[in-house]
Amino acid sequence: MSKFFDEMGGVDGEVRAGYSQIRSWLDQSTPEQLRARSREAEILFRRIGITFAVYGDSAGEERIIPFDIVPRILSSTEWQTLSKGLEQRVRALNMFLGDIYGPGEILKAGLIPEGLIYRNTYFRPEMVGVKVPHGIYVPVCGIDIVRVDADTFYVLEDNLRTPSGVSYMLENREISMRLFPELFNEHRVRPVEQYPNELLSTLQSLAPASAPRDPTVVILTPGPLNSAYYEHSFLADRLGVELVEGRDMFVDQNRVYMRTTEGPRQVDVIYRRVDDDYLDPLAFRPDSVLGVPGLIAAYRSGNVAVANAMGTGVADDKAVYTYVPEIVRFYLGEEPILKNVPTYRCREPDSLKYVLENLSELVVKMVSGSGGYGMLVGPRATAAELEDFRNKLAAEPDEFIAQPTLALSTCPTFVGEGIAPRHVDLRPFVLSGSNGIRTVPGGLTRVALKEGSLVVNSSQGGGTKDTWVLDQ
Amino acid sequence: MLLSRVAADLFWLARYAERAENTARILDVATRLSALPSTYGGQTNEWESAVLATGSGDVFMERYGEPTRRNVIEWLAFSPENPSSIRSCFDVGRRSARAVRTALTRDMWEAINGAWLEMRRFSIESMSPRQLAEFLAFVIEASLRFDGSAYRTMLRTDAHAFFRLGTFIERADATARILDVKYHVLLPEGDAVGGGLDYFQWSSILRGASALTAYQWVFREALRPWRVAELLILRPELPRSIASCTDNTSRFLDQLAGDYGRHGPSQRMARAMHARLANTTVDAIYHEGLHEFLTRAIAENNALGGAIEAQYLR
Repeated sequence: MSKFFDEMGGVDGEVRAGYSQIRSWLDQSTPEQLRARSREAEILFRRIGITFAVYGDSAGEERIIPFDIVPRILSSTEWQTLSKGLEQRVRALNMFLGDIYGPGEILKAGLIPEGLIYRNTYFRPEMVGVKVPHGIYVPVCGIDIVRVDADTFYVLEDNLRTPSGVSYMLENREISMRLFPELFNEHRVRPVEQYPNELLSTLQSLAPASAPRDPTVVILTPGPLNSAYYEHSFLADRLGVELVEGRDMFVDQNRVYMRTTEGPRQVDVIYRRVDDDYLDPLAFRPDSVLGVPGLIAAYRSGNVAVANAMGTGVADDKAVYTYVPEIVRFYLGEEPILKNVPTYRCREPDSLKYVLENLSELVVKMVSGSGGYGMLVGPRATAAELEDFRNKLAAEPDEFIAQPTLALSTCPTFVGEGIAPRHVDLRPFVLSGSNGIRTVPGGLTRVALKEGSLVVNSSQGGGTKDTWVLDQ
Repeated sequence: MLLSRVAADLFWLARYAERAENTARILDVATRLSALPSTYGGQTNEWESAVLATGSGDVFMERYGEPTRRNVIEWLAFSPENPSSIRSCFDVGRRSARAVRTALTRDMWEAINGAWLEMRRFSIESMSPRQLAEFLAFVIEASLRFDGSAYRTMLRTDAHAFFRLGTFIERADATARILDVKYHVLLPEGDAVGGGLDYFQWSSILRGASALTAYQWVFREALRPWRVAELLILRPELPRSIASCTDNTSRFLDQLAGDYGRHGPSQRMARAMHARLANTTVDAIYHEGLHEFLTRAIAENNALGGAIEAQYLR
């Protein structure tokens, strides 16, 4: 038996609750049958055009993220704990953002070093003192979770800016229902298809008081060349709202309008999938052509809601991440339900010393990195890579955190020759509106398809799985 | 209500899909005519006519010099340098479709994306007569599938109207050009009725507009050149006739005017064009001069497309 916890077999190989029918389905299927289903799934994805672009790879301009046909299953008790923990965490993070762009109580209390906030790349001075609609900074977030044993889930990362992947959660379900109706017959899987509806009502709940009763919501995309464009168009379609690019909108008298075949039409809520930097050339990067000049001024005047708010990146920064348990205690007076991965802050001399001494056993991440770039996995690194990171750490310790190499759980995965365990994580999505915080039961399970690999990012050879939360 | 950019992409998407099919039909006709024994074919170079019918004769001659089979097939079907080649149509069409996916139904997207993917199977290097036939059948089928999925799945909103405006503006243009490139064989001085050498030219014009069988059903008599012109220009029953296209264009523009509560220059132009076609006869057209009439029709149709863009798409 491997040293990793397996979602189906636990540590001893005994089939865990919820997986018994999946186990017998896998036992009864030949590799050829599984391969045929897998190919069928790929054809469906390609036909539908669920593709993503990989930056810096012009030849393979569009790829599909491999979909693994074996579902990942969570019991209803597991989900109950997870969803409570997620809601708690997001509630606290919203209050934290309101605080640091407002009175700064947590800094005055000395719980977080001021420099970590005010000198942070993602801190937006433009947001200080801005009255954010209903005090909600992160209407949409995706929180990355890993599991290390039967009872322990860790939060790996909070994605509070423009998290993507929810379209895969929805499409994976559609496709597995098409491919495996018999499995859905044998299980009571809680649905996820209500997500677009929940997202729309979350967004509508943020509309300015001056907006009509049926506010105009749009999704702002950087355009078809963006790696997540498929998701933007998918969501616009499911929500029944316009998918706009910056050039489709303009600002007049601090109000935002879009150009339509019937003339200008006022926009009340913008679900933007464009980074802060590109949103408004007047406020941020002057060379951006993706944004809308004057958007931030309109936002500050309270004439339009923008989700997520600008400047939320300061709270999902990997350095601030290490303080989230304190953040939860400070604002809610509760113990955090979800744990953080034990993390060394390299900015602290003792931690740095420990990290340098144990580099080959640790995972080192850049504070501002994402997508698996700029990361060192100690146990798998070459001597040269270790040396390189040793120098980087010594030069700019503030830029790094380190974590023990986690024994991420594995899940049975079809790998060509047959079924084998592969490491997985989980990204559930949390919605916060003026009408409450909610999750849909499930999320996106990402799987590292290479044997032994712990990197699940789609840009680095990761795949996805349908994620089932069982009803009982 | 529709984003102007989205309306423009829908309009052009429809035009490119339609153009791919028209080009495939033109190539099909050229293949048939050039395969005829020379005693049946007259003196024309059918490959040259094909290029002329797509309106890209000058650029083609500059680039290739010689309108051979290979050159013409490459130019019209595969060349990325010809913005109207079938490959370019699929590329641009898919790009537009991707940019407006929210305005398309899933069936439409799958049709265009599937065609675009399949297009990679074909290249000029492997275009034996049999493969060419297979290729042309694929293009026509893809276009029919796309058109059919639009017909069966698209909501009848303004998005649909802009999409169809693209289809009909493009179709009227294609019909007029197919006629114009052969107008000389339709002139009355050619030797008289039935069975003559020109029969194959006349039938090829009809094939180019997929109207050969339709001719028999409408007129129930042997091919006569002025009837061919009448069918393709004036008969409202034929879905590719210029009159029928203009009628549709005008109706979709009226629908938009009704939806939006405002008429504009494009509605007035379309109605005037439609009225002129409804009130004329094939005799009057021959009297004016067939070529002159067609040149004017192409120019007016272009101007109408421009008016639609100015009124809605910017």
